[in-house]
Amino acid sequence: MEFFERFAIPHPSPAIYASMVAIALTTIAVVVGLTYFKKWGYLWREWLTTVDHKKIGIMYMISALLMLFRGGADALMMRAQTAVPENTLLDAQHYNEIFTTHGVVMIIFMAMAFIIALMNFVIPLQIGARDVAFPRLNALSFWLYFMGAMLLNISFVIGGSPSSGWTSYFPLAGNELSPSVGTNYYMLALQISGLGTLITGINFIVTILKMRAPGMTLMKMPMFTWAGLITNVIIVFAFPVLTVALAMGTMDRLFATNFFTTTDGGMDMLWANLFWVWGHPEVYILILPAFGIYSEIIPTFARRNLYGYTTMVVSMVVISLLSFVVWVHHFFTMGQGALVNSIFSITTMAIAVPTGIKIFNWLFTMWKGKIQFTVPMLYSLGFIPIFTIGGVTGVMLGMASADYQYHNTMFLVAHFHLVIIPGVVFAMIAGLTYWWPKMFGFMLNERIGKWGFWFIAGGTVLAFFPMFISGLDGQARRMYTYSEGTGFGIWNMLSFVGAIGLAIGFALLVYNIYYSTRYASRDIGDDPWNARSLEWATHNPVPEYNFAITPQVNSSEAFWDAKKRGHKLFKAGYKDIHMPNNSGIPFIMSVFFFIFGFAFIFSMWITVIVSLIAILACMTYRSFEKDDGYHITAEELKKAESELRGAK
Amino acid sequence: MKLKWAILGALFTLTAVLTGCEPLTVLDPKGPQAQTQADVIWISIAIMAFIVITVFVMLVYILIKYRGSKQADSYEPPHIEGNKIVESIVVGIPIIIVAVLSIISVQSTYDVEAKPEGYGDKEPLVVYASSSDWKWHFSYPEQDIETVNYLYVPTDRPLEFKLYSYGPITSFWIPQLGGQKYAMSDMITTLHLAADVPGEFMGRNSNFSGEGFAENTFNVTAMPQQEFDDWVKEVKQTAKPLTEEKFDELLEPGHLGQLTFTGTHLGFMPPPKGHHEGHGAGGEDHSEHSSHESESSEHSEHDNNNNEHNHESDEAASHNE
Repeated sequence: MEFFERFAIPHPSPAIYASMVAIALTTIAVVVGLTYFKKWGYLWREWLTTVDHKKIGIMYMISALLMLFRGGADALMMRAQTAVPENTLLDAQHYNEIFTTHGVVMIIFMAMAFIIALMNFVIPLQIGARDVAFPRLNALSFWLYFMGAMLLNISFVIGGSPSSGWTSYFPLAGNELSPSVGTNYYMLALQISGLGTLITGINFIVTILKMRAPGMTLMKMPMFTWAGLITNVIIVFAFPVLTVALAMGTMDRLFATNFFTTTDGGMDMLWANLFWVWGHPEVYILILPAFGIYSEIIPTFARRNLYGYTTMVVSMVVISLLSFVVWVHHFFTMGQGALVNSIFSITTMAIAVPTGIKIFNWLFTMWKGKIQFTVPMLYSLGFIPIFTIGGVTGVMLGMASADYQYHNTMFLVAHFHLVIIPGVVFAMIAGLTYWWPKMFGFMLNERIGKWGFWFIAGGTVLAFFPMFISGLDGQARRMYTYSEGTGFGIWNMLSFVGAIGLAIGFALLVYNIYYSTRYASRDIGDDPWNARSLEWATHNPVPEYNFAITPQVNSSEAFWDAKKRGHKLFKAGYKDIHMPNNSGIPFIMSVFFFIFGFAFIFSMWITVIVSLIAILACMTYRSFEKDDGYHITAEELKKAESELRGAK
Repeated sequence: MKLKWAILGALFTLTAVLTGCEPLTVLDPKGPQAQTQADVIWISIAIMAFIVITVFVMLVYILIKYRGSKQADSYEPPHIEGNKIVESIVVGIPIIIVAVLSIISVQSTYDVEAKPEGYGDKEPLVVYASSSDWKWHFSYPEQDIETVNYLYVPTDRPLEFKLYSYGPITSFWIPQLGGQKYAMSDMITTLHLAADVPGEFMGRNSNFSGEGFAENTFNVTAMPQQEFDDWVKEVKQTAKPLTEEKFDELLEPGHLGQLTFTGTHLGFMPPPKGHHEGHGAGGEDHSEHSSHESESSEHSEHDNNNNEHNHESDEAASHNE
């Protein structure tokens, strides 16, 4: 029995037991369902072993949506708990666990997955490639991410969730003050999924640099691809820092090293620095793809080309450079003195300049346009004002002297939610709606989509604007409760109402997916939005080989030019296409990673060693495996293409 | 369009509330540092409001003027590359704004990081503020008294807080007197504040520190120097001495009410040696021991029985583990 005691929850509650039952029931239902409908083979062949960037993108997307609801449930509970003073819905420990997992899940497992989902699906199509440069690594990236996410998500039913904030500052996150395995989960789950992200970064840099269609020079790439390139460069530079920090933190917790302890020469501030050296670029890893998405959607629905292409690219490059020299603004209050704070204050505010350029360029893109208010466009238009407010409050936070008053308050919480939600979440829903026909061959319902937009936009404003006020009134963040005398009650109640609005909006999104899957017309052609960039030059949904004939590109809007200016995209005839084979290795290896992580968390060293050997065996097997892929012959291609045409 | 109006409305409400009858804590300063910060906040709000309104006006104008339903079906929007002049303006104005804000930011940061001006040659009152889970200990070496969870300070005299922690990183914050600073266990940080008017203020740890974080607050009372001196005298007469055993007891995780002691823990458990930002560097061990009752002892730079103290602190440290 002693062996099993370690898996017990340190602070059990009825809600957690209910979740356990729910998880068990869902798992049983899935297994029974797959068996009953004889779908195991389908699942294995079509999804678990796939190396197709489009399917991997879709799997990322589904996972991201699941995580959105996990993190959203946390958020609702937080807002419900703080809606009235001295509420007893949750106790301090549960509240701490919930805001910790809310942050981790939303940033690492929702937002990251969502941007990688869209990059996976869209970028190879936008550059006219067959797939990414390393399709198997891409599958490995996804499965590592997925296993990392699952690992963190089982923490609240096995062993206990992390509860020292998503920033996990030491010494609070050290063994002495966080004795439960929660922080081990944090360290290992982020490590495993971070590995996946790093591999994605390398994969996409190579893909974008080496696999563009003939004629597509760097300055003729669609803006989303540009954003993807810069994002992945940031990933490759920033994520190793997280890897190192997590490894050090893991060693502190499990092997009694003293990197971040406050005794024996350790330094707690080192964690904070390493965390934010990764953490701040991470913010731009999330926001740049979103900028890319808006740069695709706004020209499409303003019916005009993107204004100031070159400045858009330059501003993203400048942002990416600045993103590495501002991390200290996350702890101006650490006491490093006026000089250091002044320098980081200036670099922080400097980011407003390239960001401002982008906002104005989007506005100028609509100038003399013919604006259509579709759902993706509504999100893009809602993004501009809300993000501007989120952004300028960021500049206010960047002023070090004033930050001493904003730091650790709800003002800060309001700021970063008003940047991340319109920046990332709006962009993801916009991108999802925009590229949905590309993925599935039908469109999401516009009417339900618009309702969803108004709930989400209104909910965002209502949920986060009051926090500016309560923050300036002295409400610190991460407080599970407050007394009535503080006067914070009204603002928190408003936030709660806003949170409900957001929840309704997201529920409408899911309903829209269900509704459209059942009822939407499948007869939409290949270009339902009258779009401009290359991904729309192939069929909806995209055949596995992407383009039957490699396109010839003349500008960043090759497809538009083909439609309007007589540019000829497909000059050559059909040729054999070389395709990669599916492989189960990435999935199997990631399962071993999951076992490895789980065993590591609970210090079960024999299992750790065995799973490590299994991981190495997978890699060895792969090294000696001879797999030349297969070919789709010109004949087959011709047949497939004429069928696709006939279907229209 | 509804959204734009909603946001504009929200913005006006925000401004109305910010300037309204009941001022928000941070914007209701009671000392020079908080005043500087409130000024910076107001200036930045004004400049930011200008930017936000510019963007909103442009957005609304463009959306109304170029909406598709208004255009003729045959209208084909033109192809427009960038324009050097327009883009220079779009880059130039933000650069000017950021430059102005940078100057304000740097200047005010130096201001709030220094001893507040305008108090003649008055020496600052030094208070060692240390946090333990989940309370604050305030040691007055000059007065040789110590309080828990409440702070009395004289008005019109600079205050110099020496911050450190017996546990996680905390942040010492009295919004109406000035911004916060971290307290950490391996070094001392210094926070300069001052109170200009008597009154009671909210103080708290604002940095998440675990289960008892929400209640980790303290009361601050500012009073004229005379009253402060009277209070010190009264404490000396009525309060019990702070012993090492008692202090160890106080450090146990949990919540406590307001407590008062004569003597400080600085003698038997000196603050960490490391210092951030040179000011006041070097051990400021206090020579007076807990049970002594001497009044008005200047806190001496050096200590003749340093060895003994170190010995005792080692003991205390091992006791703690």
